[in-house]
Amino acid sequence: MTSVSPHVRSPKECALAAARAHDGERGALLPILHDIQAELGYVDPEVVPVLADALNLSIAEVHGVVTFYRDFRSTPPGRTTVRICRAEACQSVGAEALVEHAKAALGVGFGETTADGAVTLDEVFCLGNCALGPAVQVGDRLHGRVAPARFDALLGDAR
Amino acid sequence: MKVYVPRDSAARSVGADEVAERIAAIAGPGVEIVRTGSRGMLWLEPLVEVETAAGRVGYGPVAPEEVDGLLAAGLLDGTAAGLGLVEELPWMRRQQRLTFERVGIIDPLSVDDYELHGGMAGLRAALTRTPAEVVEEVTASGLRGRGGAGFPTGIKWKTVLGAVADEKFICCNADEGDSGTFADRMLMEGDPFTLIEGMVIAGYAVGATEGYIYVRSEYPDAVATLEAALELAWGNAWLGENILGSGYSFDITVRVGAGAYICGEETSMLESLEGKRGTVRAKPPIPAFEGLFGKPTVVNNVLSLGSVPWIMARGAAEYAALGVGRSRGTSVFQLGGNIARGGILETAFGITLGELVDDFGGGAASGRPVRAVQVGGPLGAYLPASQFELPMDYEAFAAAGAMLGHGGIVVFDDTVDMSAMARFAMEFCAEESCGKCTPCRVGAVRGVETIDRIRAGQDRKLNLVLLDDLCDLMTDGSLCAMGGLTPMPVRSAVKHFGEDFGE
Repeated sequence: MTSVSPHVRSPKECALAAARAHDGERGALLPILHDIQAELGYVDPEVVPVLADALNLSIAEVHGVVTFYRDFRSTPPGRTTVRICRAEACQSVGAEALVEHAKAALGVGFGETTADGAVTLDEVFCLGNCALGPAVQVGDRLHGRVAPARFDALLGDAR
Repeated sequence: MKVYVPRDSAARSVGADEVAERIAAIAGPGVEIVRTGSRGMLWLEPLVEVETAAGRVGYGPVAPEEVDGLLAAGLLDGTAAGLGLVEELPWMRRQQRLTFERVGIIDPLSVDDYELHGGMAGLRAALTRTPAEVVEEVTASGLRGRGGAGFPTGIKWKTVLGAVADEKFICCNADEGDSGTFADRMLMEGDPFTLIEGMVIAGYAVGATEGYIYVRSEYPDAVATLEAALELAWGNAWLGENILGSGYSFDITVRVGAGAYICGEETSMLESLEGKRGTVRAKPPIPAFEGLFGKPTVVNNVLSLGSVPWIMARGAAEYAALGVGRSRGTSVFQLGGNIARGGILETAFGITLGELVDDFGGGAASGRPVRAVQVGGPLGAYLPASQFELPMDYEAFAAAGAMLGHGGIVVFDDTVDMSAMARFAMEFCAEESCGKCTPCRVGAVRGVETIDRIRAGQDRKLNLVLLDDLCDLMTDGSLCAMGGLTPMPVRSAVKHFGEDFGE
């Protein structure tokens, strides 16, 4: 599976549709941005002035929100996003060693995507799986007790 | 015949879906597989339970490849060798499960299961009383905010009830970002109607018409379960117009966070709900007077709201009879990190830290001695095993320079380097600070640098004094608990584990 689903809509059309879908909801900028990211895979900087206009906000306000939250990325991610928990509970069972292993295995750092576009690696602080660490999230799916060997197996599935 | 397999995301993270699929594939159509929440014994996940005449018999942890053998050995009639009756396991017998009474037992999205197991009794009881009487009942129960601050829930509700406004809100803080805590997630995934019922009671009590649940984006399963539960609740008149024919109307919307720890701070959460950057607001005004969109707002944690239905159904006196001192009722404790038996358990306040870590938890998973535990999340203190006599009680912990927080306990064995953990506390604060106030935004960065110098052996004594000064400044000068409490793990690490700082 190497095909990437084509974007049916431009970022601008996507932003307008998301704004329309939440019309009448108060304070809906986060759900709108989540919708856009779900469709495009990222929040294209092109949508910022579009949303500012649609929501009667300043460009600075929208830009400020997009950049405040770690979830919203301004560039497309790889086909699979892998996030490793680096919080205390996972550290107590070897998360830092897993991080080193992952970076070496993928040849990328946090926030970076492998050259083949397959995997984006990132860190996360707590996935709520603190009794079964180290915890890793592949896409939306949570994995527990991820030793380096299991990490490699998960990556094999993702690639 | 019924077989129960959890759908909790922790259980799924170690193969519960694969186990359920394998059982379904070979057990035949006579077997109904019910996906439940988790009992909380996470070291036993995936935990498979089978209904027998004597009760539910458990098997776990079950790997997908073990399913065939277990079925051949008689899993379906409970005769295969396993854990025995789940309710009789020491972990279960020693608890007092009130808020979590249905978690792990029922199908979380079955309205029939919910009512059969006592659900909606709290709301029905509340609707026969006046709002002021409901507030009085919650106050009398002694319930305090389970998010960490421990503020009396009834007092907060009374303030909002007394506020005059054209609209009021109930905001449930489900931005459970503290490492070592997952009770909110497990309640939302394992018994979401309890939270919904608690929010409706809160809304009725203070005169609110709308509620929001702010869930962190790291919890996609909880979000999906809540969305499905809200649909079912609307369909049953448990929510929406004219709830249970009472004439009272209340709506709930789920909002998903976007990866900012600070949004667990109540005023940041309100900013985020308003579609803004999650920066902290100065208090006063408190949210009870000027909260969401400037209106009087109750902000409560998932477990606080989730405890209310039980209190309304069974009465404040029964709840307040449990606990110690000013910590009344039960708390849901979470054991995580390097622990042999990790998971959640609910019991009355007053149990000691050592009973939780050693008796329930069985010590470190590595088999090595436990050296330190962090209680209350990334902003909580690190405590040595010599403090294991401390009772789980808000005031006892405060007196020991620590805090209960949201009830999470993270265990470390003797390989931990506490100067590295102190450094991480500052690093985390630097990463997650909202940036509004200088002591937090800049102090955390200076804290990392200072601890780096100490770790490198550079002017150790002087830099430890400097670190102490910096901690004073962050404690006294920060706008919220992020900068204000980051010194707690740092100072407790220096105090109890000075040898790791070259002392």
